[in-house]
Amino acid sequence: MEMTISLPISTYESIIDPDWCPGCGDFGVLRGVKMAAGKLGIKPEELFTVSGIGCSSNLPGYIHAYGVHSLHGRAVAVASGIKFANQDMNVVITGGDGDGYGIGLGHFVHAMRRNLDLTYIVMNNQIYGLTTGQASPTTMKEVRTKSTPRGNAEMPLNPIALAIVSGATYVSRAFSGEPRHMADVIAGGIAHKGFALVDVFSPCVTYNKINTYPWFKKRVYKLEDDPDYDATDHQGALTRAYEWGDRIPLGLFYREEQPTYEESEPAMKEGPLVHQKLGLEKELFDDLMEEFV
Amino acid sequence: MREVTLGIGGAAGDGLDKTGDTFAKTASRLGLYLYAYNSYQSIIRGGHIWLRVRMGEEKVYSHGDHLNLLIALNQDTLERHAREVEPGGAVLFNSDKLTLDSSLFESQVLPVPMPVRELLKPLGKTLPVMQNTVSLGAAIFLLGLDFEMMAEVLADTFQHKGQEVVNQNVQVAKAGYNYAKEKFVPLGYEWNFSRIRRPFITGNEAMALGAVAAGCKFYSAYPMTPASTILHWMVAHADRCGIVVKQCEDEIAVANMAVGAGLAGARSMCATSGGGFALMTEAVGQAGMIEAPVVFITVQRGGPSTGIPTKTEQADLNQALGASQGDFPRIIMAPADVTEAYYTAAEALNLADKYQLPVIILSDLLLSEHPETIERDALKPDLVIDRGQLVTEWPEGNGTYKRYAFTESGISPRALPGTKNTVYVSPTDDHDEEGILISDEYTSPPVRRKVQEKRMRKLEGALKELPPPQIEGPEDADITLVGWGSCRGVIREAAEMLRSEGIATNQLHFKYLLPFHAKEALEILNGCRKTIGVEVNYTGQFARHLRSETGFSLDDMVLKYDGEPFEPAFIVNRVKEIVRGESLSLEVTREEAQEIAYHYIRTHLGNSVRPASMQVRNGASAEEPTWSIELVSRKGGEKTGDLIVGQRTGSTYAWQPVSTVSRD
Repeated sequence: MEMTISLPISTYESIIDPDWCPGCGDFGVLRGVKMAAGKLGIKPEELFTVSGIGCSSNLPGYIHAYGVHSLHGRAVAVASGIKFANQDMNVVITGGDGDGYGIGLGHFVHAMRRNLDLTYIVMNNQIYGLTTGQASPTTMKEVRTKSTPRGNAEMPLNPIALAIVSGATYVSRAFSGEPRHMADVIAGGIAHKGFALVDVFSPCVTYNKINTYPWFKKRVYKLEDDPDYDATDHQGALTRAYEWGDRIPLGLFYREEQPTYEESEPAMKEGPLVHQKLGLEKELFDDLMEEFV
Repeated sequence: MREVTLGIGGAAGDGLDKTGDTFAKTASRLGLYLYAYNSYQSIIRGGHIWLRVRMGEEKVYSHGDHLNLLIALNQDTLERHAREVEPGGAVLFNSDKLTLDSSLFESQVLPVPMPVRELLKPLGKTLPVMQNTVSLGAAIFLLGLDFEMMAEVLADTFQHKGQEVVNQNVQVAKAGYNYAKEKFVPLGYEWNFSRIRRPFITGNEAMALGAVAAGCKFYSAYPMTPASTILHWMVAHADRCGIVVKQCEDEIAVANMAVGAGLAGARSMCATSGGGFALMTEAVGQAGMIEAPVVFITVQRGGPSTGIPTKTEQADLNQALGASQGDFPRIIMAPADVTEAYYTAAEALNLADKYQLPVIILSDLLLSEHPETIERDALKPDLVIDRGQLVTEWPEGNGTYKRYAFTESGISPRALPGTKNTVYVSPTDDHDEEGILISDEYTSPPVRRKVQEKRMRKLEGALKELPPPQIEGPEDADITLVGWGSCRGVIREAAEMLRSEGIATNQLHFKYLLPFHAKEALEILNGCRKTIGVEVNYTGQFARHLRSETGFSLDDMVLKYDGEPFEPAFIVNRVKEIVRGESLSLEVTREEAQEIAYHYIRTHLGNSVRPASMQVRNGASAEEPTWSIELVSRKGGEKTGDLIVGQRTGSTYAWQPVSTVSRD
């Protein structure tokens, strides 16, 4: 096995400082991504961060790596295209709950059943921050927001359960208030061969006055601390995915080894598409033409 | 020129495609040039399918206006098309099942009833679909084609099912051939078969092949008629050609994946039709903003909304011009024929790379799905692959690599992700030369002005590179027909017909729609005596585009929006009316009244009746003149009632039964 030489977090230092509100959970996630990449020894030119639109989706601008700050909800699709074109890249998608679980939900579900080797970090603050505080797909029931003045009437979406039933092969949750644990969970996701979800509680200090750091701190516990927990047990994972209230689990819910989509693609066996020779040999071309005669 | 047109009509599921294909391949391998058009519906079984194959010793440019031999696979076809067969022609049908009333065809047309059951009896157990093969055999004899060549085609078609199936098909065809030989004389076609085997290929196939030959490595799609056959060709050849073909969950994913792959450095393309393209449009703007090279093919069909999915139209030009918000550079091209479709795919990939922008290819159902014969060397494999200005190395001491450097040409030399020391972010927010956002914290009006100018400037270079439009046909003409996209062939033929009738006509055809050769076009148009636009849409979308680019208004229009492509005579007739100063009549014609009657029969009366005599009456049943269409029983021919259809509005006012009409 190749030796991993870890890199310092300064490797990924961008010239741009984040414009997030002071205290935003996303600072912790940015640090967590850098720590995870450093731990795995991924060089900046081997890392591709892809985001959609929203506060959290500004992340690619704040890390020294290739990046696309794509359209609202489309990060997963754009990232999939990048992975198809260049499978040597470590492609990490960084977005928010509105972006991924709202407008981009279709791509999220299909990407999971496709099992491309992608890591998807969702900075879940249960609110639309950039648009100044409307309800998101993960806003809890009865919570009042700018768009739900009578209290949210809709059930919040359960991303962990959704991921488990949709075929994701690495399903995890972290918390901005636990940076070291988060870095480990993200690193595990990047190292995992297949689609990895890392749902991160990343509190919005400006617009979500319910799901705050202290709110989470009181409730979260780590699955790794439970010696009986088995992350390869599908049913057990689903049961834990529904645990919410006084105790909320963090860590790796579910993991399974499955062939990645890339492995099923003959064209990608010859190495990244971007490095392949273009065009057709005369002989092959003539064969193809013969089919029309 | 010697030429003949065969029509085959039946219901979906009658095996009409295979029959047409066998015939076309046979004629093509004999060295004839073909052009086929299949008028079909969005249905897997039933409906009315109408395939025309026109062939000649010289190149044919459309499916034409004629019908010389009809193979009818059902009663509908006999009733609706037998009358179109020209004197000297023949009508072939299975006489076990169908009856050809003498009122249904012109004199000097030969009825050819085939006793299929009797002919097949000696051959043991056969499939119902083999009635087609019997007819094909007879058609080969009547048209003076070579039976051995058809046997060869049947062998190629069925070899994967084993020799026994091949033998049976050949025997069935031979039975039809021999029967015709025994009972009838050939229709008198004397062919010089060159026996040069030329490709017989559709626009979609040509476009897919052209893209792959030019280095397309990633193709994404969501199934949608009439773009799906690109997906089918691509995926069938993906492994041999080394491309990734991805069917996605929707067109939004299709477009965004293609953008991702293009940005990462793979030659990337996707295709859809108007409805799917509507979903792709935000990603088109994204490609413009982050300067990702991507080719979008949109194959137009009848719209709006779901529209007429299996019918053709050129009504998505406005959509392509207006796809996505904001101003950004895009190139839009509309290839005219199968050969051009091949080269356009390659050209689009080159332009996308060179100018780092989205390129939209506007095709349409006619071009995408009709097969035609092309010369053997028409499609050349050694295509130019121009990836534009690439930065392959960036030494460490070279300073920051600026992905979006402001240059004179507007083109910022591109380092593909992974190139050492060139790390950058591509944002859909507007950004400076380094890709740093100018949308949030660091807004800057002058930087925005310069980056917008830089992007848009790319089109100036592109326009210089693209060939300007030219007059085709005689320089000196009274009429200039102006068209775009797939209409070139049919306009060319119409112009020839008009010239032979003494109306000096030439044509001006446009492939490059954006950027637009406004100066060159205006110069040509100012020199024309009378300009007539020819388009398959209601509003004349290209004429409007032309006006907006040049200020020039065309004198008149020939438009069609019934779902079927132009035929040369349609254009000729309308042009002659325009020349005579006659205004356009929108009244329901006799032929249309008959088709409206068929529509009513199918939807309300079952299959037991057919339209017979028709006449226009004034004011009796409605506030407009009406077509009074007598419907008669298919079996006995006795009158069952009258259908009243408005001559102006086309409204079906009333069904007036004589007595109770039986439904089957």
